[in-house]
Amino acid sequence: MSTLSIKHLVKEYVPGKPVLKDISLDIEGRGITAIIGPSGTGKSTLIRCVNRLIDPTAGEIWFEGKDLAKLAGQPLREARRRIGMVFQEYNLVERLTVMENVLSGRLGYMGAWAAWRRKFSDEDIQKAFSLLQRVGLADFANRRADELSGGQRQRVGIARAVMQSPGLLLADEPTSSLDPKTSVEIMEIMRDLAADNNIPVMINIHQVELGKRYAERIIGMSGGLVVYDGAPDGLDGEVLRKIYGGQDWLAT
Amino acid sequence: MTSATSSTTVTRADFFAPTIGKRLAYVGVLAYVVYAAATLGLSLERVQAGLGHGARFLAGFFPPNFTETDIIPGLLESLQIAFLSSLIGTALAIPVAVLAARNMMPAAVSSAARLLIAFCRSFHPVIIAIIAVKAVGFGALAGIIALTFASIGFVGKLLAEAIEEISKKQIEAVRATGASFMSVIAFGVVPQVMNRFIGFVAYETDSNLRNSTMVGVVGAGGIGGTLFSAFQRFDYAFVAGIIICIIGLVMIGEVLQLYVKRVFR
Repeated sequence: MSTLSIKHLVKEYVPGKPVLKDISLDIEGRGITAIIGPSGTGKSTLIRCVNRLIDPTAGEIWFEGKDLAKLAGQPLREARRRIGMVFQEYNLVERLTVMENVLSGRLGYMGAWAAWRRKFSDEDIQKAFSLLQRVGLADFANRRADELSGGQRQRVGIARAVMQSPGLLLADEPTSSLDPKTSVEIMEIMRDLAADNNIPVMINIHQVELGKRYAERIIGMSGGLVVYDGAPDGLDGEVLRKIYGGQDWLAT
Repeated sequence: MTSATSSTTVTRADFFAPTIGKRLAYVGVLAYVVYAAATLGLSLERVQAGLGHGARFLAGFFPPNFTETDIIPGLLESLQIAFLSSLIGTALAIPVAVLAARNMMPAAVSSAARLLIAFCRSFHPVIIAIIAVKAVGFGALAGIIALTFASIGFVGKLLAEAIEEISKKQIEAVRATGASFMSVIAFGVVPQVMNRFIGFVAYETDSNLRNSTMVGVVGAGGIGGTLFSAFQRFDYAFVAGIIICIIGLVMIGEVLQLYVKRVFR
């Protein structure tokens, strides 16, 4: 059974002008699935529909036996905590410490009053610290998030997502604000942590080469539709033209 | 690009043309100043005569009289009014501000909360004090009510604006973890507005300290009542003593405010 099953998903920001036109996808047990496509084609919208940061217009999103598209309130929050998300601009709470940011991955599992008083269990603290060690930031645990570099912040962002004990990891262009070397490091951390926890990753990415290198499956989107779905090897010039249009940029 | 720059001639008037609306506004302001001064009967002679009266009045201040026993209890009462109204007003302002922030609440809720804030802000504390004295009688309670209203208005408005300016991205990330609304407030909103909130509270406490010496004039407790009755007795030496004590109190408040800000940041 698939971990995530999207069926006939449609999203219209303006009625009659769909950004996503009938998307159907199944994401299997593990490994990275990379979504590529031109800007404005609805990649971010698709990812955000999955954890309902954006409400879809029509369609179904099946995850752990529930249709996320129909959830609201408490059941939605319970579903959300099982879906980790990594953002393009890291989206750390700048004035909180690195440790607090990682621990915020547990907020879905505790009451607000406990959260106010920072009453995290020793187990959670231990897990958060181990994750920080894993991403090489244990020494930064008590630093404020806004003191960190881009690459360091994204590592914290990943640790926060994994801290949720998720069954699925979403990443919205996690490397687009980073230099090429850091981008590779971030992709490796995501791949390894996802493998450790045995969860699939659904990732939007602009750098096609990076996607081909780390993904087991590539989904090409264009104009709100899936136009390619297959192995990274199948991404030849013909397919890229279909996804991005034109061909001048492909020269040499 | 090169051809376009040489072929199109532009002048200063193309970018900085004076607008008719601006000119009308200047003329309008000037006309109102002349009209207002004329109807209020302002004249230089009256100012000159007033200066003479003022000098005699000031001469009556010396030497200031600190011997009356009413000063210390009055000052302490003012201090208590200021402290309690700041505390209660700020505590009430927090939920009002969250409800008034348009990025936190649907439009209907935030409009209602904004209306409440506007109501609290629309009257000077002394006017509310007059109403409160009618309602609960003379004394400190009326003063506390008046200044609490003022604090809700001031802190509520500024805090709501601070909440509206926070980064949406940080909120989005906290929401994505499955956090409840109150947890999003705790981990997403509070860290982003805490610094400014402390500044607002310190400022409002300082402002309440000054206003708490005023509300007594209308019978709402504090040193103001003592001051007013001294004026009515033409006891200017005592008036001077009270004023100097008020200045001292406000200055102590200023120092405390700096200290509190430093501790909490």
